[in-house]
Amino acid sequence: MALPFAYNWRNLVVRRTTTAMTALGIALTVAVLLAVVALVEGLHRAFEATGNPLHVLVMRKGSESELSSNFTREMYQDLKFKPGIARAASGDPKASLEMVTVVSLARIDSPEGMNVTLRGLSPTGVEMREGLTLLRGRWFETGRREVVVGASIAERFPDAEIGKKIHLGQSDWDVVGVMEAGRGVANSEIFADLNQLSADYNRVEVLSSCLIEATDEVAVQALINDLNNDRRLNVNARTEREYYETQKASGAPIQYIGTLVAVIMAIGSSFAAMNTMYAAVARRAREIGTLRVLGFSRGSILLSFLIESLLLSALGGLVGCLLILSLNGMTTGIGNFVTFSEIAFNFHLGPKGIGSGILFSLIMGAVGGLAPALMAARKEILTALRET
Amino acid sequence: MGRYLPLIFKNSWRNRRRTMLTVLSIGASLCLLGVLFAIYRAFYFQEASPEQARRLVTRNRISLAVPMPIFYRERIKQIPGVQEVMAYQWFQGVYKDSRDPKNFFARFATEPEKLFVVRGEIQVPEEQKRAFIAERTACAIGRPLAEKHNLKLGDRITLTGDIFPVTLELTVRAIWDAPDNDEVLYFHWKYLEEGLPAGRQGEIGTFSILAESPGVVNQIADKVDAMFRNATVQTRTETEQAFGLSFLAFLGNVKAFLLSICAAVTFTILLVSANTMAMSVRERIREVGIMKTLGFTPGSILGIILGEAVAISLLGGALGCLLAAGLCAVIRNGPVAFPQVRNLSLEPPVVLLALAVAALVGLISSAIPALGAARTSILDATRDMG
Repeated sequence: MALPFAYNWRNLVVRRTTTAMTALGIALTVAVLLAVVALVEGLHRAFEATGNPLHVLVMRKGSESELSSNFTREMYQDLKFKPGIARAASGDPKASLEMVTVVSLARIDSPEGMNVTLRGLSPTGVEMREGLTLLRGRWFETGRREVVVGASIAERFPDAEIGKKIHLGQSDWDVVGVMEAGRGVANSEIFADLNQLSADYNRVEVLSSCLIEATDEVAVQALINDLNNDRRLNVNARTEREYYETQKASGAPIQYIGTLVAVIMAIGSSFAAMNTMYAAVARRAREIGTLRVLGFSRGSILLSFLIESLLLSALGGLVGCLLILSLNGMTTGIGNFVTFSEIAFNFHLGPKGIGSGILFSLIMGAVGGLAPALMAARKEILTALRET
Repeated sequence: MGRYLPLIFKNSWRNRRRTMLTVLSIGASLCLLGVLFAIYRAFYFQEASPEQARRLVTRNRISLAVPMPIFYRERIKQIPGVQEVMAYQWFQGVYKDSRDPKNFFARFATEPEKLFVVRGEIQVPEEQKRAFIAERTACAIGRPLAEKHNLKLGDRITLTGDIFPVTLELTVRAIWDAPDNDEVLYFHWKYLEEGLPAGRQGEIGTFSILAESPGVVNQIADKVDAMFRNATVQTRTETEQAFGLSFLAFLGNVKAFLLSICAAVTFTILLVSANTMAMSVRERIREVGIMKTLGFTPGSILGIILGEAVAISLLGGALGCLLAAGLCAVIRNGPVAFPQVRNLSLEPPVVLLALAVAALVGLISSAIPALGAARTSILDATRDMG
């Protein structure tokens, strides 16, 4: 026969100060873990949101990032008539030659400047990015020194505002629009006209990469194989998805450190929970004796104390989740070593994150509660009744 | 106070299990705090070594990823106070299989004849140094790198370029030792340049400037940047130490990250310690009443309880420092992304700070129960049933 659940709950309420302090300790531990989970999850979502499954990104063989890749106009001319490339309404192939570089923009909290990805592309390139919408202003015009900035750039950098000028390459460029790409990485990029930008950077012939759209999913793989086997082009083609997938690694150091910290804190919190539970067992020695006299088995005593410990830690876990849920949607930035620039994204704590937080707290409760519960279950009735 | 010490120790040992658990709990948290303090110190308070204090790094103002003209070297050299200017270039490239993180280490194209002047702390046998300088396809590697990949003098290393469209065939001609223990490979910049297309020759990523004395470093930084202010390519010059920190800033707000974790950890210890002290005082209210009838003043009772809390948390602090020293060693020997933590250790100021935090936590956490106990009247206390 199991003891009623309300018995555990009331016991926790009676010792409310101790309960609150222990639960809060567990809450903080869970909060540290979840802060990291929310950060990494948010970063991953940003990369997952970018990349159309039909898009293929072509870079020079050996390049792991658009920044270090070289792609000549000549290569582009050869490439754009490959079979399997979709065509726009105008009849032009959906292939966008792009130039990618980084610029340093000053921000209030870092006057030295943060690196931001700058992308030069043609109107076709803009058109190909379907999730992209213009939030304010207008698109840049070809042949003019105009840029459109991503939404999070507009938010984070005071200079990136419609009507202001940004210094790029050798001249000042007008900010004419703000674009939004859902959660995608284009939010942290600046777009400008390819020809004007490459002229300003003295790299008219040598650009960075080429983004192409396949007609359908079968064509994607055929196109990739075709391009990778083309000796003359000497390029490395992969789906856009795959490219951004590899960049998830930028969150790895924080994930690694954060998890380590959370685990060490969890060890500390487990000891604290153990302390609280031992105290609970000691205080209720007579009560345990009485329960045994009434006919409750050792097993149900064990279970009852274990449940109490789990309840205590779950309480802490919940509070921890609530603490971090308040961060949800907050924007932060992290350096991306692939593109050598900062990517902005939102903290995100989903059901999976919350689940892992609660599980983490339950583990602490189980580790901390097991030994005291065993001690309670092992008590002899007579000695228990005689204890004060 | 001193005469109460035996009483304090006896008291804290009375409930052994509780004391042990508290000490372990505080120990785990303080271990973390100690390591975080050590990392923070390594990042933000490390004194530059005498060699490093004389060095500056110049790069393109736009970004490290954008090169500068190589002829800037001669112009920088003319600035008074500059002893030597060495051009060097981050090569990146791929060694064996890039998917194995073990194969990732820093590779720089540089000017070998200047390397051992600018990086004076590098120690290498004279004949190896000469062999490295003399051969165009030679490379020099740090001892940790040689050990990791089991490389010996005369071994060949092939690096496939990614930023640069070249494949380099290098021969190990020198293995050097340096205090910061880094896994770095240096090779001839000339060898790299001759493999590049005409459009990309004559460019360099960074200059390392050696000043005549640490005192003129800041002046030189200003002068270099002023010199190129109106040129097509502008520069940013900073001390080597600041340059290293800029990588850290790139990772995000590391300072805030470290400090908020420290705050969360400290608060957790506070809770744990407060909980323990509240429990142990509650059990002892009657005893306090008896002590008062025996003539203990409220002040001495306060002192005994506070002392007990401080003793327990200091014990936890000491354990934490021991654990932290071990964890520092693990971090030191693990895969390290930042050179600042390569010599991570728990230095005396960090230990002192950690112990001070422990003592303070003990004091604060026991203040409320101790005050309560000291104020209870004898009658109330002796009537208490525990």
